[in-house]
Amino acid sequence: MQNLISMRDLTKEEIEHFLRTAAGIESGRLNLDLSGKVMAALFYESSTRTRLSFESAMKKLNGKVVAMVGTKGTSVDKGETLADTARVIARYADIVVIRHPKEGAARYVAEQIDVPVVNAGDGANQHPTQSLLDMYSLQKTQGTLENLTVTMLGDLRYGRTVHSLAYALSAFNPTFHFIAPTSLRMPGHILNNLSDLDIPFTESEEIGDTLKASDILYVTRIQRERFPDPEEYEKVKNAYTIHAAMLNDCKENFKVLHPLPRVHEISTDVDDTPYAYYFDQAENGVYVRQAILATLLGEVKL
Amino acid sequence: MKTLKVDAIRNGTVIDHIPGGQVLRVLNILKPRKNDVIMAGMNFPSQAMGQKDIIKIEGRELTADEVNSIALIAPRAKVNIIRDFKVVKKGTVEVPDAFEGLVRCPNPNCISNAEPIVSRFQVVKRDPVTLCCGYCERVYQTSEIEYL
Repeated sequence: MQNLISMRDLTKEEIEHFLRTAAGIESGRLNLDLSGKVMAALFYESSTRTRLSFESAMKKLNGKVVAMVGTKGTSVDKGETLADTARVIARYADIVVIRHPKEGAARYVAEQIDVPVVNAGDGANQHPTQSLLDMYSLQKTQGTLENLTVTMLGDLRYGRTVHSLAYALSAFNPTFHFIAPTSLRMPGHILNNLSDLDIPFTESEEIGDTLKASDILYVTRIQRERFPDPEEYEKVKNAYTIHAAMLNDCKENFKVLHPLPRVHEISTDVDDTPYAYYFDQAENGVYVRQAILATLLGEVKL
Repeated sequence: MKTLKVDAIRNGTVIDHIPGGQVLRVLNILKPRKNDVIMAGMNFPSQAMGQKDIIKIEGRELTADEVNSIALIAPRAKVNIIRDFKVVKKGTVEVPDAFEGLVRCPNPNCISNAEPIVSRFQVVKRDPVTLCCGYCERVYQTSEIEYL
């Protein structure tokens, strides 16, 4: 595999390869070494977790990192095209990790340069390393990816992580419950795709008793700016907050995931329950990104 | 009713059953060459379509790829290849697997609208024709798509 651009490009076997490799790295069974390799982080947009997680992943494998964060004062500011910036950076590095506000930017960059490209988020489109770490978290907490009941809650319209997770999981026979305010429902093209694949799903505005039947609750942040009316936002904000008391009847294997940062969606009293998994999930991101970097740099074979 | 006459061609291509009023868009896609002799008819009465447009191109036989490039505008067009005033091949427009450089991505936040990029769409469904942008991965139906 040359690049990691979109979950749409990955086969089930490739997904399983990344999860297996991440598990090997986490357990210490796999000792990989990227010394002498340089990763260029090309971040046209701010990001804390993704960038630090990639840097940490590269450094844990003895690799080095060069980074452009934001475009202020850079050649981009002077009007350089994305293609030119990428072509130059490719001469400095063995692998390029890019986050860009335009959708399709990572794919375009990958077409311009010969070194491997990892998409670290392209606008509202894809964020495949997040999807893979989400799947790794599912695999780790449930022991399998097959036949899981996954409830997704919050902003399902604009949240790209839920889109790619729904897409990626569809190879593993899932059942979905989508809970969102009407204005932030899962987009039609994703629901159509699930219907085409005969994957069962429900849609609701209310949490009701879906949590009892779920293996996973995947929560996303509802952004204030999505609501023109602040009163409307307040109502939605309160209706979609998860409290510890709501989790009393949940299954033993039940876990709460969140790509973070969280604001109000998960009350801090959930943190102390055995169901909270979002901080472990963030840690999983490092192992998964190590697996991705090592695979694309040829240190582990697919 | 008066019949409208369009000269027959000796050798070349006739495209019939183009939806009324679309002939200029079709020509725009076919990109006539400098020496092509072309007759374009607009809004002929048609029992099946109400109104239809016709194009006759003298001296040039369109390839299947060229014919299929008009699939988003004239999916039901009939294409006849003419040699020595006789129809030697009848064909229809088929929706190709992909469109390259033909249509613009309607997503304003797509990189293909920001950098000098040849657009690329995969056909993900044929009925109704549904396209997926090769860059931003958004999915569109024909009615939402604009030709370049």
